[in-house]
Amino acid sequence: MESVIQRRRLAISYRLNKLLGRIALWFAVIVVISPAVFVFFWMLSLSLKNEIDNIAYPPVFIPNPPTLANYLKIFRESNYALFAYNSVIVSGMATLIALIVGVPAGYGIAKGKAQGLGMLIMVARITPGLSYLIPLFMLFRFLHISGTLLALMISHLVITIPMVVWVMISFFEDIHPELEEAALTDGCNIWQAFYRVAMPIARPGIAVAAILAFIQSWNNFLFGVVLAGRETRTLPVAVFNAMTFEQLSWGPVAAAALVVTLPSLLLTIFVQRDIVTGLAAGGIKG
Amino acid sequence: MAKTNSLGAKRQKAYSRQRVYLWFIVPAIVVIFAVIVFPWIFTLWMSLNDWQIGMSNSFVGLGNFAKLSGDARFLSTIPRTLYFTVLAVLLPVILGVFAAEVFHQRFPLRGLLRGVYIMPMMATPVAIALVFTMMFHPQLGVLNYLLSVIGIPKQLWVYSADTVIPTLALVEVWQWTPLVMLIVLGGLAALPTEPYESAVIDGASQWQMFRYITFPLILPFLMIAVIIRTIDALKSFDIIYVITQGGPGTASETINIFLYLQAFAFLRIGHASAVVIVFFVIILALALTLLYARERLRWNR
Repeated sequence: MESVIQRRRLAISYRLNKLLGRIALWFAVIVVISPAVFVFFWMLSLSLKNEIDNIAYPPVFIPNPPTLANYLKIFRESNYALFAYNSVIVSGMATLIALIVGVPAGYGIAKGKAQGLGMLIMVARITPGLSYLIPLFMLFRFLHISGTLLALMISHLVITIPMVVWVMISFFEDIHPELEEAALTDGCNIWQAFYRVAMPIARPGIAVAAILAFIQSWNNFLFGVVLAGRETRTLPVAVFNAMTFEQLSWGPVAAAALVVTLPSLLLTIFVQRDIVTGLAAGGIKG
Repeated sequence: MAKTNSLGAKRQKAYSRQRVYLWFIVPAIVVIFAVIVFPWIFTLWMSLNDWQIGMSNSFVGLGNFAKLSGDARFLSTIPRTLYFTVLAVLLPVILGVFAAEVFHQRFPLRGLLRGVYIMPMMATPVAIALVFTMMFHPQLGVLNYLLSVIGIPKQLWVYSADTVIPTLALVEVWQWTPLVMLIVLGGLAALPTEPYESAVIDGASQWQMFRYITFPLILPFLMIAVIIRTIDALKSFDIIYVITQGGPGTASETINIFLYLQAFAFLRIGHASAVVIVFFVIILALALTLLYARERLRWNR
């Protein structure tokens, strides 16, 4: 009898401990994610409120009623459609070219052990972006292409190529050499072994490399602010200009900021698992 | 005899295969030389010239560097950049380890919440900087309101020379702690379970297990995070430029902001190129020091 009660007590205290552990864990989870959630919530909130609510004090947290006026305003009054097009072209092309030259290069470095190029890309990673910008700025002036989308796209290769090569090296290094050996003894040449065997296996790696390179290029501000002309501004440059001209007009600025960063955020949520592995691979092997 | 022959042929084959792999690299080498190596060399050349856009240039040797060493405005950017860097490295490392411990546990929706958690580092820095600018507003900003709710007086954030660097570092911490978390999470996933089992049997507390088992084992990963973070914090540009453009006065003018203004506001290309080289040497020196420290750590164990 005594022992039954004791056992039941033990069971209850065990369950209670477990429950307390759960509560502590969820508390920690909330503490950890709340800064991120709050800033993005505030961005959304500012973009959905009218100007009066936006500069009210104490601040209005939940837009009531929410309005899309800020979004309509930025698309009607400024040329955001054009800037979005510029961003898509520049980042899309820079990523595509980086894949075309970077995926084979990653394979070559992983298999051929060309450490020199790997080192070069490491040094490129350390170099401040501005050190590319001054020479490229002069070069584009010399070639009479300054201010064009072509010039911007070329400059973005500085960002996308090291990223693609870096991620691809680690993915190709993880492929078992036996697979390609088998293909080679079956009469494939090296190019076919790469194209038919290694590439399909590394397809998730290629996707990660492409997404990371695209986001990095999409987010880039520095190259655009220096190299873009009035009509070739990318989204980050356009939204920066919006801030300087409309100092206290918070709603439209927040709406523009959200439009700019939304593609990066959506890609992050959809492929976060791949980003985690991609960054872990890139980061840890760095 | 036949055996040695086939071995030689094999070696020959392996050698020619290595040469074939080189062809995979050639396109990348061409592009990398055009957009990465050419700028390096050109920067070196420009740094030796007195060169301003739209004017003729003249060779001045190390004159630009001599001028820099006596430029008080430039010299004051170095300790400021280091101050910013220390804050923007140490805080993410501490908070990142905590976040990694949290995300190493099992709980529902973990994948989704981890995705939310890493959103800051994937977001467009300019957009983030604009939102923080509005949140830092001394009269109408939401941060001062939240502080007032818990009884802390209003802060001037980026509007005071005293608090501008820590405030900007705060944005950087917000944005880049997730990267540290991911790197440490990779380290935690690779930990062996046996030491923990024996520690539990020996009656070790949670903190003791972290201090004496987890921490030493994740230290190599932490060092990688410190190195990456240091390089990136030194080079931080978007956040600082968008929020303060180096102000108030020159209170948040880091090396990179100074460099940008020299090159593209004052168009002093030769001068700016000299700054690039000094900047690169500082980054490289710090990165190599940290790499050396990491090797030492490895040796000591």
